[in-house]
Amino acid sequence: MSFEWLHPVLIATALVLAAVGAVRRVNLWRAGQADQINLIAGLMAMPGRYLHDLHDIVERDKYMSKTHAATGGGFVLSAVLIILVHMLGINSQILAWALMASLVLMFVGALFVFKRRLDPPSRISKGPWMRLPKSLLSFAGAFFVLTLPAAGVLPEGTGGVLLTLFLTALIIWGMGELFFGMTWGGPMKHAFAGALHLAFHRRQERFGGGRSTGLKPVDLSVAADQGSVLGVAKPTDFKWTQLLGFDACVQCGKCEAMCPAFAAGQPLNPKKLIQDMVVGLAGGSDAKFAGSAYPGKEIGNAKGGPNQIITEGLIDPETLWSCTTCRACVEECPMMIEHVDAVVDMRRYLTMEKGSTPNKGAEVLDNIIATDNPNGYAPASRTNWAADQNLNVLSDVKETEVLFWVSDGAFDMRSQRILRSFVKLLKAADVDFAVLGDEELDCGDVARRLGDDATFQSLAKRNLETMAKYKFKRIVTTDPHAYHCLRNEYNDLGFDGLKDVEVLHHTTYLNELVQQGKLKLDNLSAGTVTYHDPCYLGRYNGEYEAPRELLRSLGVEIAEMERSGFRSRCCGGGGGAPITDIPGERRIADMRMEDVNTTGAELVAVGCQQCTAMLEGVVEPRPEVKDIAEILAGQLIEEMH
Amino acid sequence: MQHKQTEQRFANDLNIVSLISVGKHPQSGRERRAEQDGRAVELGMSLNAENLTVLHAGDPQQNALRSYAGMGLNSIRVLEMDPAADAIAPLSSYLKQHSPDIVLAGVRAESGESSGMVPYQLAEQLGWPLVSRIADIISVEGGVAEILQALPRGQRRALKVRLPFVASVDNAAQEARQSAFGPASRAALDLQSTQSTTDVIRDEWSEAPARKRPKRLKKVKATTAAERFKAATAKAQSDGGKVMKNEPAAEQAQAIFDLLLEEGVLR
Ligand code: SF4
Ligand code: SF4
Repeated sequence: MSFEWLHPVLIATALVLAAVGAVRRVNLWRAGQADQINLIAGLMAMPGRYLHDLHDIVERDKYMSKTHAATGGGFVLSAVLIILVHMLGINSQILAWALMASLVLMFVGALFVFKRRLDPPSRISKGPWMRLPKSLLSFAGAFFVLTLPAAGVLPEGTGGVLLTLFLTALIIWGMGELFFGMTWGGPMKHAFAGALHLAFHRRQERFGGGRSTGLKPVDLSVAADQGSVLGVAKPTDFKWTQLLGFDACVQCGKCEAMCPAFAAGQPLNPKKLIQDMVVGLAGGSDAKFAGSAYPGKEIGNAKGGPNQIITEGLIDPETLWSCTTCRACVEECPMMIEHVDAVVDMRRYLTMEKGSTPNKGAEVLDNIIATDNPNGYAPASRTNWAADQNLNVLSDVKETEVLFWVSDGAFDMRSQRILRSFVKLLKAADVDFAVLGDEELDCGDVARRLGDDATFQSLAKRNLETMAKYKFKRIVTTDPHAYHCLRNEYNDLGFDGLKDVEVLHHTTYLNELVQQGKLKLDNLSAGTVTYHDPCYLGRYNGEYEAPRELLRSLGVEIAEMERSGFRSRCCGGGGGAPITDIPGERRIADMRMEDVNTTGAELVAVGCQQCTAMLEGVVEPRPEVKDIAEILAGQLIEEMH
Repeated sequence: MQHKQTEQRFANDLNIVSLISVGKHPQSGRERRAEQDGRAVELGMSLNAENLTVLHAGDPQQNALRSYAGMGLNSIRVLEMDPAADAIAPLSSYLKQHSPDIVLAGVRAESGESSGMVPYQLAEQLGWPLVSRIADIISVEGGVAEILQALPRGQRRALKVRLPFVASVDNAAQEARQSAFGPASRAALDLQSTQSTTDVIRDEWSEAPARKRPKRLKKVKATTAAERFKAATAKAQSDGGKVMKNEPAAEQAQAIFDLLLEEGVLR
């Protein structure tokens, strides 16, 4: 072949340009706020995380996981060998054969990418992404032919000028996409940013099968400083690790396919949200976005920059308020991006700086501040529901085995039925338990999800101070939202009052009682029964089994919905969504009831008063909705004394 | 929130003072931003956010002041005094000194005496007209304000009042905007010390929660749903009285004077 000098120079040029792009990109991330991350440890752990954590998620889609392993693995290997063989000119047949093998692997992988993109589902982005398989094929194909002489298959100098020029063109295209594009914002950016995101993820606890779902507290000590901003106003107000995370998105749209708000036609699409964050951190407009729009909003009008207020031009606040914080997107994201953190960060700015929580938001927050419950009821009426229950109150007994955290369900007649059922079961099992009575306050969940972290922290601190006065070993609650706050969020506030206390959801605890034989239950014959996983019990806390075991202990065979377990669809009640009430085309609760109906269930069991309220809000005829505690209490065999 | 944001509807040279007090939540008894005073600040902000002074006489440490500041105020002026003392003297000497164009206040406080006398006494001291229970100020032109006064059952009365004046703000006025924690924490409290006299009479009172007075049952002789609805919602129409529109002013004034004599208001 002629022009021997040409290819090494081209490869070197592409690599230098890629390096320049990398420095530029890194600087965009560094414009974010400082975050405490151990850089070295992160980098060391990165390959392992790629192979385990990331691939565990990708593995849910077998086709894609194999395709990606072949293409990605083949590419990384090929890139190293190309540098050795073609740039540094190391003359070794072994290396050349190894290179050809890895290129074949990559080529085959790329063919499958190509195949998937022949008829792409609506969730994945088009535009430059449609070009990617072809770029991969030309990269692999051209270097394969180019390596033949080095491997001794073809004599040196085979082919004429024309073939050389043709191969060179393919190489430029391939390297343009794969080396240059990786750091200058092409589709391959996901590999570069994604690898670093795995290393420097803001929630390092998520790796190795861990769970990290509690929101991070806002530092309120700077609130009074002139010029300080609470929450995220501009892209540079995010932690740099969050900016890096946004950049790692592959636009696979798995999040979009799972998002209940998107499906309901509310103006939210988690994938577009992340891409808008990328527009913000890099500056520009969303005109080039080639995926699904926010329902009801056109693409092309959003503009942003690292130092521009996000909600003034880049994202409509309605988009942020549509989110139910169900975490379906986070659970599904192969790049482990944290959508909910971003949404709440921006809500914090809207609530704590702009005072613009929509619809009933301001009223609910005012009520919580003035009465410690969202509906503004007299604080002294909190225990009225239990007037006939004869409960121990901690201010009298001081000490108990189990603290029953009642939650604001105390003020709601429907929820009170769940509370009473649970009390009945506790009594039947002879549990030593007590309540805080009027000393209990709202747990702060709603305030926090509405962006009012100041109110959340105030409630949390006062609750912790109250609990510090008493002795108990466990907290059990029927409300998954309170459960999540107490278990995952209260510990960040500099109190260690709950360090040695086990926080449990009532289904977990009841399951324990049943396993220990402390509850005698009749079998249930209620026709077909299905179970709805509450987001804050399942995805937030990983409890999928206890409620199911309880139902099975009643002899029930659960007719599972297609979207159940970690893929459960939200009821629409989380994140303050019923309060901010952003209109869509459908109601999320109706969609969930359709899921229930496809199983033919006559009874849907839930483990959350909010889910109960949402699902019961669906117009009849519909299956009956009951909390697990109610179902169990109905089957209780009461012993005569 | 569905309210008109701060578009300034008037020229910048209008000086407005909104008076604020410490409110009390009806269910929890907790201190808070008072409903009507919040509306007085809202109205002041929508008229002229630049030249609005939000004024409180009392304890500057009081947390409820912050919830007014959270509406987006840069500062709150506090005439420092014992909260139990009579606020009229320091307020009126402040207002005399600064002579604003409009003074806005809630109709009555949510705690303390809650007599609703503050706007009246201030107006008397300043020698300015008092407009009670206003819902909105439509415009201010050539030193005259066009005001909507709130009447029962959603009725409004349009008034023209010459500046300066004191007005009490009714619940019918635009609701106070949301209070945000950030601005609430950052607003400056601009303290001024004052001479206040202890309210000796009030010192001797003891406070107790009000008891609900039993309601007189209404006898309703309604036959249709519409009538029942009307009976349930209508406020008692006062009977008697007469409307004088076309009579000469002197005659109208005489009629009012006679009525006040008759009712024993004037002696
Ligand atoms: S955010 Fe995650 S799930 Fe959503 S498109 Fe990007 S990579 Fe896919
Ligand atoms: S948390 Fe749920 S509602 Fe919010 S963006 Fe993700 S999937 Fe959509």
